Amino acid sequence: MITLEKRPQPSRVWTFATPVLAVVLTMICGGLLFAALGQNPFVTIRTIFLDPLFSEFAWFYRPQLLIKGAPLVLIAIGLSFGFRAGIWNIGAEGQYIVGAICGAAVGLAFYPTESFMIFPLMVIAGALGGFIWAMIPGVLRVKFGTNEILVSLMLVYVAEQLLASMALGALRNPEGRGFPGSRNLTQYPSATSWINEGVGMHWGVVFAFIAVIFAYITLSRHIFGFHVRLSGQSPRAAKFAGVNPGLLVLICMGISGALAGLAGLFEVAGPAGQVSIDFNVGYGFTAIIVAFLGRLHPVGILLAGGLMALTYIGGEIAQSNLGLPGAAIQLLQGMLLFFLLAVDVLTNYRVRPKHKVAT
Amino acid sequence: MTDVLLQLRGLTKAYPGVVANKDVSFDIGRGEVHALLGENGAGKSTLVKTIYGLVKPDSGAMTLEGSSFQPPEPRVARAAGVAMVFQHFSLFDALNVAENIALGMENPPPQREIAAQVRAVSDQYGLPLDPTRIVGELSAGERQRVEIIRCLLQDPKLLIMDEPTSVLTPQEVSILFETLRKLSAEGTAILYISHKLEEIRTLCDNATVLRLGEVVGTCDPRTTSARDMAELMVGTKLHVPKKATRETGEVILSLKGLSAKAPHRFGTALRDITVDVQRGEVLGIGGVAGNGQDELVAALSGEMPTSAAMVTYKNQPIGQMHPNARRKIGLLAAPEERMGHAAAPDMSLTENAIMTATTREALTSRGFLHWAKARRFAEGVIKTFDVRTPGPANAARSLSGGNLQKFVIGREIMQAPDVLVVNQPTWGVDASAAAAIRQALLDLAAKGAAVIVISQDLDELMEISDRFAALNEGRLSKPRPASGLTVEDIGLMLGGAHDMEVAHVDA
Repeated sequence: MITLEKRPQPSRVWTFATPVLAVVLTMICGGLLFAALGQNPFVTIRTIFLDPLFSEFAWFYRPQLLIKGAPLVLIAIGLSFGFRAGIWNIGAEGQYIVGAICGAAVGLAFYPTESFMIFPLMVIAGALGGFIWAMIPGVLRVKFGTNEILVSLMLVYVAEQLLASMALGALRNPEGRGFPGSRNLTQYPSATSWINEGVGMHWGVVFAFIAVIFAYITLSRHIFGFHVRLSGQSPRAAKFAGVNPGLLVLICMGISGALAGLAGLFEVAGPAGQVSIDFNVGYGFTAIIVAFLGRLHPVGILLAGGLMALTYIGGEIAQSNLGLPGAAIQLLQGMLLFFLLAVDVLTNYRVRPKHKVAT
Repeated sequence: MTDVLLQLRGLTKAYPGVVANKDVSFDIGRGEVHALLGENGAGKSTLVKTIYGLVKPDSGAMTLEGSSFQPPEPRVARAAGVAMVFQHFSLFDALNVAENIALGMENPPPQREIAAQVRAVSDQYGLPLDPTRIVGELSAGERQRVEIIRCLLQDPKLLIMDEPTSVLTPQEVSILFETLRKLSAEGTAILYISHKLEEIRTLCDNATVLRLGEVVGTCDPRTTSARDMAELMVGTKLHVPKKATRETGEVILSLKGLSAKAPHRFGTALRDITVDVQRGEVLGIGGVAGNGQDELVAALSGEMPTSAAMVTYKNQPIGQMHPNARRKIGLLAAPEERMGHAAAPDMSLTENAIMTATTREALTSRGFLHWAKARRFAEGVIKTFDVRTPGPANAARSLSGGNLQKFVIGREIMQAPDVLVVNQPTWGVDASAAAAIRQALLDLAAKGAAVIVISQDLDELMEISDRFAALNEGRLSKPRPASGLTVEDIGLMLGGAHDMEVAHVDA
């Protein structure tokens, strides 16, 4: 028999080792899964995790890594503040959509005027859109004690309906011969988020790195970051230390909403190009995995975002080259979170063989 | 004591890094009230858990009524006639008394039958208890009666009681003692664990003293002085805090008709509390837990805002002020619950120092933390208050209760408050650490600060306070000078006398 014994304090080694262990376990179990689907597990794992970086077509995939990684990191950084404080914003996907709609709407309103002012305005509008969408569950929780998990999640579906109505109505391209979807913002120089499309560089990537640095400094050096961590660990102690719990909910929801909104804006003005019905592809949900995979630590999130982007791209390669079903890739991503949470127990507990009792 | 009920021989139990019990041997006679004494960590709880079947000894043997007794689990121990009342109750607030008792039974009879049994037992032993009442509405003393009656329904031969009086008023204690004496007279042995030596002297026939897992002595508590027993427990001369005569200065903190609604369902409302606190005095506030202590601390620390004029500090209304604004002007507090309220268990001691010392120790500039300065402050607290830990980088939860309490109290005292409010400063703390904490509070008052000590430990309050007031159902009695108060006076002030009767000892 095996028993778990609580460590006097969290192990530093395991804090860093558990994500690696989770990735390894995911590879093993994913390999078994792919074997059960009739694929060679080694080829599949190589295709997913290594081909995007090292195959002969890697020049094509590497820019994709930035494009997929940037929104994940940006959203996950925002979420990490709330998650650390015990505030569960599950609706980043909705805030991402609303940010994209608001930012795109500002850009489209100026079309075809060219000015260097337009893009910054779109950035502000995008952040504001996500912020306001996140304020709905935030204010409801503070004022009425509703559950922010449910409200923020439900608002994702509201945002999706809003997106559909915008793509079909208010924001539809007047010159699009009735097809749904807005004008393409990448063809509007003042409004595009691309910096260099060839290498996958857009403003979202820049902002993602800024967010990582900002979050790192805030969490490790600033009293606000300290209060966030304290609130997550001991809400009563935080209140005793002078934290206003309601205000903290609003700030954390606001940060995550604004960053998700930014991610949406950069996506719609760059890689996606237009507001369309199927604009959102689940970054807001995947970012939750990224946040936890990165241990809610800014640098960890940066690495985890890269890894997640890798599985996205590798998954697409596996789908097209090996004919693997898309659901198998999602299962792999889910597995990653599952294993991460499961091996997390090692950080706080020591595994021991059960003591034989002397008789 | 000719008839030996339970015999312990050479019990040894080691945990990784610590020997909890080492070669412990003693006997408990039938109908004997036997005290088990020792500081925190002396191995008392490991020993009683061994008897109750929760812990298996590494070596040694027990015999119960002459036959070998090795309970592998509490069920077997209970079947053999060993019952235990734990220090922390395991009762469900939302269920009634009879339902709670049924939950602890193997094959519970119908509710009506249990209710009848409860009534019978409570009549027999003078423990008034209505089986249909919801536990959430009971006082701590009544909850304890639920636990005791739950044990008595098994008709035990040996009843183990772990710190039973820590939550009781003096009147409730005397009722409990009558019950225990009656049980003892009927032949039930009682193993009684307590820190309170005067109680042991009045109740117990024999005492075994443990120190660091070993039996260091036995004595007859009726003829041994409390001081001698304490020194046997600690192993050295006990340092008794000295109350220096002090000048009390001007009024620094006034509560004027302080009232507040209960913050949650099982909380207590504060009702019209009026008191002035002067510089240089220690105001002791006694009372049984759950009578508004937590709420009073919250109202003073700023966690629970009240209307501004109800709390005035240096002639300034502060009822609406936030905790950190109060800290800035010199009003500090240390709440009762160490883990999760006064300290964050998973955070380092440095981080726990930042928790409350940011404002007064200037540990931030423009919001950015000075980690080195915070570490130095934490190191200062550790050194000054003799906190036993490898260093400030260790997590709060790795400290023992007494050490963490020294850190938490020290953290506030080191910030040189003008008023310090502490709730249960020595709860669960061993005798020498408790003496150190009390001395530190007295020293703080001697420097001209006002200290408000809220405690359930009346001996502690009598030892250090200048004035004493009692908190009962959210009301504070008028403070009276502590010197000259008798136990009876205090009992009446605590108001614990209503709705109780002393057991009719005529059996």
